[in-house]
Amino acid sequence: MLAWTIYLSFAGALVEALLPKGKSALARAVALMVALTGLVIAVTGFAGGAAQGRVVLVDAPWVPAMGIHYTLAADGISRVLVLLTGLAAVAGVLFSWNIELRTNEFFAFFLALIGGVYGVFLSFDLFLLFVFYEIAIVPKYFLIAIWGSTRREYAAMKLALYSFAGSAMVLVGLLAAYATAGSHSMGLVELGHAALPVSFQMWAFPLVFVGFAILAGMWPFHTWAPTGHVAAPTAASMLLAGVVMKLGAYGCLRVAMGLFPHGMDPWGFGFLGIGSWRDVFAVLAVIGIIYGALVALVQTDFKFVIGYSSVSHMGFVLLGLMTLNQIGVSGAVLQMFSHGVLAGLLFGIVGRIVYDRTHTRQLAELETMHLSKRLPFAAWGFAVAGIASMGLPGFSGFVAELQVLVGSWKASPWWTAAAGVGIVIGVAYTWRALQKAFFSDTPAVAHEHGHELAAITWPEVTGFGLLFGASLLVGLWPRVLLDSIEPAVKALLAGGAQ
Amino acid sequence: MNYGELFRVTLPETALDLAALLVLLVDLAFLRKAALQVRVAMAAVLGVVGCLAAMWAVGMQTSAGFSVDGLLVLANGGVSAVAQMGVLILTAVTLLLLIDSSFTKHPGEFVAVTLMAASGGLVISAARDLLVIFIGLELLSIGLYILTAFGKTSAKSAEAALKYYLFGGMSAAFLLFGFSYLYGLSGSTNLSRVVLGTYMASAHGATPLLMLALVLVVAGLGFKVAAAPFHLWAPDTYEGAPAPAAAFIASVSKVASFALLITISHTALHFMESFHFKGGYVTVRVLSAGDPELHMTPGFITAWPLILILISVASMIVGNLAALAQTSVRRLLAYSAIAHAGYILLGLAFFSWEPRSAQAILYYILTYGLTTIGAFGVIGVVERATGSDKLDAFLGLHKRSPLLAAVLLILFLSLAGIPPLVGFWAKFNLFAAVLSVGGGFWPFALVALAVAMSAVSLYYYLQVLKRAYVMPAVDETPIRVHPVTMLVLVAIAAAVVLAGCFPAVLQNWIASF
Repeated sequence: MLAWTIYLSFAGALVEALLPKGKSALARAVALMVALTGLVIAVTGFAGGAAQGRVVLVDAPWVPAMGIHYTLAADGISRVLVLLTGLAAVAGVLFSWNIELRTNEFFAFFLALIGGVYGVFLSFDLFLLFVFYEIAIVPKYFLIAIWGSTRREYAAMKLALYSFAGSAMVLVGLLAAYATAGSHSMGLVELGHAALPVSFQMWAFPLVFVGFAILAGMWPFHTWAPTGHVAAPTAASMLLAGVVMKLGAYGCLRVAMGLFPHGMDPWGFGFLGIGSWRDVFAVLAVIGIIYGALVALVQTDFKFVIGYSSVSHMGFVLLGLMTLNQIGVSGAVLQMFSHGVLAGLLFGIVGRIVYDRTHTRQLAELETMHLSKRLPFAAWGFAVAGIASMGLPGFSGFVAELQVLVGSWKASPWWTAAAGVGIVIGVAYTWRALQKAFFSDTPAVAHEHGHELAAITWPEVTGFGLLFGASLLVGLWPRVLLDSIEPAVKALLAGGAQ
Repeated sequence: MNYGELFRVTLPETALDLAALLVLLVDLAFLRKAALQVRVAMAAVLGVVGCLAAMWAVGMQTSAGFSVDGLLVLANGGVSAVAQMGVLILTAVTLLLLIDSSFTKHPGEFVAVTLMAASGGLVISAARDLLVIFIGLELLSIGLYILTAFGKTSAKSAEAALKYYLFGGMSAAFLLFGFSYLYGLSGSTNLSRVVLGTYMASAHGATPLLMLALVLVVAGLGFKVAAAPFHLWAPDTYEGAPAPAAAFIASVSKVASFALLITISHTALHFMESFHFKGGYVTVRVLSAGDPELHMTPGFITAWPLILILISVASMIVGNLAALAQTSVRRLLAYSAIAHAGYILLGLAFFSWEPRSAQAILYYILTYGLTTIGAFGVIGVVERATGSDKLDAFLGLHKRSPLLAAVLLILFLSLAGIPPLVGFWAKFNLFAAVLSVGGGFWPFALVALAVAMSAVSLYYYLQVLKRAYVMPAVDETPIRVHPVTMLVLVAIAAAVVLAGCFPAVLQNWIASF
């Protein structure tokens, strides 16, 4: 059943592409229906699969001569991320309700991207996974380049080239793994059992990990993320931060760590306390956490604050992965979900609710607008979303980051200490942005009061409620996801791919 | 010499040449007064019928080929048959896209020369003898020079043809010179005897003379496939030639030339049942010689891949980097063709005796040829509407003709190697074949270079798509596309998508010969 999320999204994209021009309302309705159906399927699949481990959905020979199968399957991790994709898709459609330019094309690219994302999370054949992974790149380019804002063509090209460079590294690693294992199968499970030589894993692991981590926004390969997020139209930034960055993190976990577990073994020598690829990437993750937070602290563009906060939050995901223990990796997966929901929420507020009304994202200009009075929904919405994002108990961010920190403490207390500093800076930049954008007491500039800001519409409220509700639910009742995540992580850590 | 057998084996070539004569007859004798559109349509349809007849003839072949004194001269089946089928299908598609073109008042001659050049392609695909190879190459090349010059009102066309001809003549001289050394080394013009003879003559590594001979041969063939550093004609020719002629050069001529390279690489491995290193020499078990084991480093097999690797790396780098700077879409395609030739040459350098390598290369070149023909079809339409092939001629194409823009999107993304389009599968298959042949550092490093370079290529393909989809249109008047042209272009795009989604179908077809 879950496989239908993919087919439905691609079919929806095709229908949108064929819709007559100028029928914006129809295009919106179709997109919302497709996204909603996808979400319903994702929820049903999640609820129905809670007690089960890995379930194979489809397994058909695709290119028999090369041992390539069309294998779709779902385990606990996949189900959680599919659920996230469903949420982000619906919220994305709702927050793009006001797009009038080439509406049907917008939703065609949007749904194609969603379809690719569903596909990656459900693929258990590496070839298939890579196909879906690349399918997700092209729509991103067009979404940003056509419907974006600030320096959109530059940002779109940068993002496309970074993504493609990353996927080229992944492709080389996968081809090498396929050839080294004897060119029999591209199946994730089969290759996981192939016992690749440790010396091979030692260079294949960093290659594939970095290839995926580029998309996860790992420092120093993160620079596409802030520019891309800022230039992208609201729905695209929600998807980029919400799910596309998770594709990268998911690839790191499922492919790089699952296939080449011995790539993280100690090198046998140490330098400045770094003695394995695992240490290298953990340190990069910690640098990302602190660096992203510090840069977010000094931004003048509201959207850049959120953009850099994404780099910081994704650092927690990568750090969690590198703990290699049950609690840390589970926390990383939970953080993927949590950040997906919260980043979507923050981008939705900044990009749709605020920017589309004020036509500026400069914090200095927003200061003069007294938005807390004129747009109370946005102000309080951002306040609670920001609180959730900075990791206050009761929201998903807290549970996730706490688990990552506990996990990293077991691995190395230094990592935890540094990441803790990142959380403190996170509080600072969120409050700073909140204060400047909404609750400033700078005297108002007269002409800004001239026109009334449009009222909040139902799609915005619904989208907000959906994402916020998800974060709150997970924050209050984390077991709902953890019961699904933990067995899958345990299996993954125990035996290579499975 | 059995002439009956010769006639039977060359039936496809004969069919094409008869069709060429028929086209000329009909056009010159019966349609003198008819409108140009009618004459073009008639010539194209007759040409396509000729191609279909020749395909039938290829399919009907049952013998192993035509032999003289027990040595194969023209082969049937296997790689040769696939390449011949490819040549014929691509020729037919090129002719179908001719339907609404008006660059010439002599459609009969154009189609006839196209068919004759294609028959040269058929000869090359099947040839197993140096002299026959050379005749086939000349038959193809001379046809291509004429086709390039067919835009008689365009100075660029004449310039392109002259450049192509001068380069071509020189490379043919190199090739012939190299062949003469090979003959001198081995005492035979038959390809398998040549390889065997050079094994014996160069038992202790490639002698300087063999090396020189092979470099000369590669220079001649590198010209045909537009591999760096023998690529200089390609951008000018692609830019100046009429669009259908450029499409023909970019596809059919490539298929035939790569089929020949496959044949040579294949023959080079033919006599080795096994080979392994022992004490500085490769121990080779030679099948057809009396002595079961010869201790030697066979020159051909050490020198040939080395030369191919060098021009492969040069082509990948030169093609992809130069394409970044182009403003003409035709020149961009020319440089991208050089890059694609580089990927394929990598497949030829790490070639295996197993059919896998040959099939991967054929898959690549056939799908690449089809995609390129489609790309030139789109360029032809845009040129007729805007009078230019510059990047900016594509501005706002999605508004002017949404369907055409969609076709362009699919074809260019396929050339860039984005799944699920066929270009991705072709690359994956080719690189997997390379890695399955060679272990160790170099194959991985070269494949990594190729994949990295194809990441670079996305940039320049996106430059065209950016203008078609993203940047604001200057002129929004709709482009009228002839329904047949549109149908063919959509069919090509559909084939690119379907072959990418179901790669096994085409793969099985190639393996079935």
